[in-house]
Amino acid sequence: MKRFVAAAVVIVLLALVSLFIGVGNVSWNSLFSPSPDERALQVLVISRIPRLLAVILVGMSLGVAGLLMQMLARNRFVEPATAGTAESASLGMLTATVLAPQLPVLGKMLVASGFALAGTALFLLILKRIPLRSVLVVPLVGLVLAGVIDSVTTFFAYRFDLLQSVNAWTTGDFSTVLRGRYELLWVTLGLTCCAYVAADRFTVAGMGESFTTNLGMRYSRIVALGLVIVSMVTAMVVVTVGMIPFLGLIVPNVVSLFMGDNARRSIPWVAVCGAGFVLVCDVIGRVVRFPYEIPGATIAGVMGSVLFLYLLLRRDARVG
Amino acid sequence: MIEAKNVTKRYGTTLVVDDVSLRLPVGGITSIIGPNGAGKSTLLSMISRVLPMSSGNVLVDGLDVVTTPGDVLAKRLAILRQDNHLTSRLTVRELVTFGRYPHSKGRPTVKDQEHVERAIQHMGLEALSARFLDELSGGQRQRAFVAMVLCQDTDYVLLDEPLNGLDLKHAVSMMKQLRTAADTLGKSFVLVLHDLNFASCYSDHLIAMRDGKVAFQGRSEDIMRPDVLRAVYDLEIAIQQINGDWIATHYR
Amino acid sequence: MSADRVAVPARPERTLFILGCMATACAVLFMLIDVGGQWDFVLPFRGKKLATALLVGYAIAVSTVLFQTVTGNRVLTPAILGFDYLYVLIQTCLLFFLGSSTVVNLDPRLLFGVEVLIMVAFSGLLYWGLFGGARRNLHLVLLTGVVLGVLFRSLSSFLQRLIDPNEFIFLQDRFFASFNNPDQELLVVSFLVTLGVSVLGFRMLRTFDVLVLGRETAINLGVDYQRTVALILVLVAILVSVSSALVGPVTFFGLLVSNLAHAVVRTYKHELILPAAALVAAVALVAGQVVLEHVFAFDTNPRVIIEFVGGLVFITMLMRKAPG
Repeated sequence: MKRFVAAAVVIVLLALVSLFIGVGNVSWNSLFSPSPDERALQVLVISRIPRLLAVILVGMSLGVAGLLMQMLARNRFVEPATAGTAESASLGMLTATVLAPQLPVLGKMLVASGFALAGTALFLLILKRIPLRSVLVVPLVGLVLAGVIDSVTTFFAYRFDLLQSVNAWTTGDFSTVLRGRYELLWVTLGLTCCAYVAADRFTVAGMGESFTTNLGMRYSRIVALGLVIVSMVTAMVVVTVGMIPFLGLIVPNVVSLFMGDNARRSIPWVAVCGAGFVLVCDVIGRVVRFPYEIPGATIAGVMGSVLFLYLLLRRDARVG
Repeated sequence: MIEAKNVTKRYGTTLVVDDVSLRLPVGGITSIIGPNGAGKSTLLSMISRVLPMSSGNVLVDGLDVVTTPGDVLAKRLAILRQDNHLTSRLTVRELVTFGRYPHSKGRPTVKDQEHVERAIQHMGLEALSARFLDELSGGQRQRAFVAMVLCQDTDYVLLDEPLNGLDLKHAVSMMKQLRTAADTLGKSFVLVLHDLNFASCYSDHLIAMRDGKVAFQGRSEDIMRPDVLRAVYDLEIAIQQINGDWIATHYR
Repeated sequence: MSADRVAVPARPERTLFILGCMATACAVLFMLIDVGGQWDFVLPFRGKKLATALLVGYAIAVSTVLFQTVTGNRVLTPAILGFDYLYVLIQTCLLFFLGSSTVVNLDPRLLFGVEVLIMVAFSGLLYWGLFGGARRNLHLVLLTGVVLGVLFRSLSSFLQRLIDPNEFIFLQDRFFASFNNPDQELLVVSFLVTLGVSVLGFRMLRTFDVLVLGRETAINLGVDYQRTVALILVLVAILVSVSSALVGPVTFFGLLVSNLAHAVVRTYKHELILPAAALVAAVALVAGQVVLEHVFAFDTNPRVIIEFVGGLVFITMLMRKAPG
């Protein structure tokens, strides 16, 4: 518990730092001096704070979605971005944009969620039909399926001249977040809480169907609940900021290294670490080539993979 | 002769094989016994250069296994480890033919083919020779791999748990065939065995390992004794002599 | 798998012949369909495209089959372990550190040579630790590879962001060629490189066969395992460079080609499986290009179709029988 509080404090400090980074001049003085700078205040309220909130919400919810995904697929190496979920959501967005351009964002998001749900369910269905599921095959199936769905999306996006939008959905970028354009993400907070409430069930489901049934629970219902949470979170993130690679993979894995796999204990940690990870990535993306920005997704890809490799190889060296 | 000098295998700080020096006699069957984790398979793998050693050296007929070219050694020494898993579909005959690779470099001659047929017969695989390995039972596959190693026609043959997965009939026939090969062809076998009684009945020489070291070695009657086996296995094992063989009863 | 199935006498040579006919038919179709009288223009133009497709198919097929032999796994490909994004990363790094003006003025052949060299050195460094050691944990290798792939891709896009966007777009065409605008010089160099690699590999075909039995058995049979694996990895690195230079990264194509080839010629012999894979690749690429040009009227990128079909075939195959 002490460590958890410490981690939360670090996140809050990081969050404060992130508020004061950017092109517009926002500093402590400009805000809290006797004559506050109106412009700075506006920047803070319209851009900085919404951005910070979006970063934290995305980090928390994607991390937890990754954890759920790993429990449902019973494999440590899958996440929404590598199991076709994110790609399905993009395809859904594309479909909605092409077929019903007037649809409000919420409607498009629902369509995207539906697609994400279908894509993820398809993934699990395929897994079920594969006779020899080795640890190796599962993530590969996800990658291949993601590739197939992505190629469909690219094919149609190319035809309808929407490749650029598709790129925006697949590359997470917080620079476009403004007040009024991110509020959907609050729903992900609710979904994350749902996951926490049902944590024990997911832990049990993670041990397999017969194990779950033996304990008197309905496996299919737990899976369905998990699917809905993962799909909706992914769709919302894809629609509002775009996908962040690796988050759902690395954060749960790191947490599991230290905490084990009891979802009740690990979900809060995954949420906090996820938020911290995205926050760091976003801050770096803003600082590294000031005044230009590098999308958080790119930074997350670089940092996430380096960190993951380090953990992987270090752990291996210790075992060896 | 195979000679191991101060052979050690270390993973991090764990010693798996701890400074073992050994001379393995020429001819006949030598069996290595001992509890799980004693370092038997690791030692066998290092002797056969499949696993690099942390320190020490191994000489086969005076040739250092680390520095001698692989194809030279492959004509003198053959090793078969456990868990032989293949990704490709091979028939039994194709697998056995690979045993001739050190001699033919992949272009088997008529003489090589004769060796292959003999090895197949020797292991009783004639009826299965055109079958794919992945269609065989574990025991049949094991025999096919042993046939490949025999086909290599080396003076020294090292087998890691060759009886794994074999039923009683095939286990007995495997040991008998190894015995025949040792007696008539003058080959030297080094086996890792878990079944004490097979080791006792068929071996000329027994090596008992524990905690990475050679605890005892000698003939069957020297090793198959309650006090020796207690020291090796931490288990009370009664020994009886039945028809001239030393038999351990350790089931109760 | 049914236990009573007897081994079917395989006739790989006949299968190879059929595949050869199919590849030839596709090539002829590709060259002659809808020419419309403009022979002087169309034939050389299409010939160049055909050559590119065949070369790329060959490079991907051979590199994947060899890579799978070394790793002893049918679901791994150099692409899945990030080899071709490594190539993209090297290109981007050169551009980033040398500056675009230097790069543009360099002889493309020299540039290609430098890239291949770096590629070989890097892949050696990166993968030696993973495949060379006695203790190989395949899961670790796979995961590390996939993560490295993401790292290479993210690093490239990171560096690409640092490069002036306009400059980058200008150079992108040069860097990521496609079947439709093959660079003739690059094509010739690639061909020569591939030829050299093939001659080198041809002499070791039987050794490759032994590797199929796994590391320990190969060592037992007297193969200098470390040297052979190192050599194969170098060959693979070069071939991946060739295919990536000509058309860019194609993730699942190798997987598709290799598994199809293993399915049609059921043998471990590289002298049969390698040509089979190359022919399958040729048929797929050339036929795909015909469909692309005459059915979809160029309205998409060939990679899109390859990924789509390749992915579907792969999943179906997995569902019918786990590979390996």
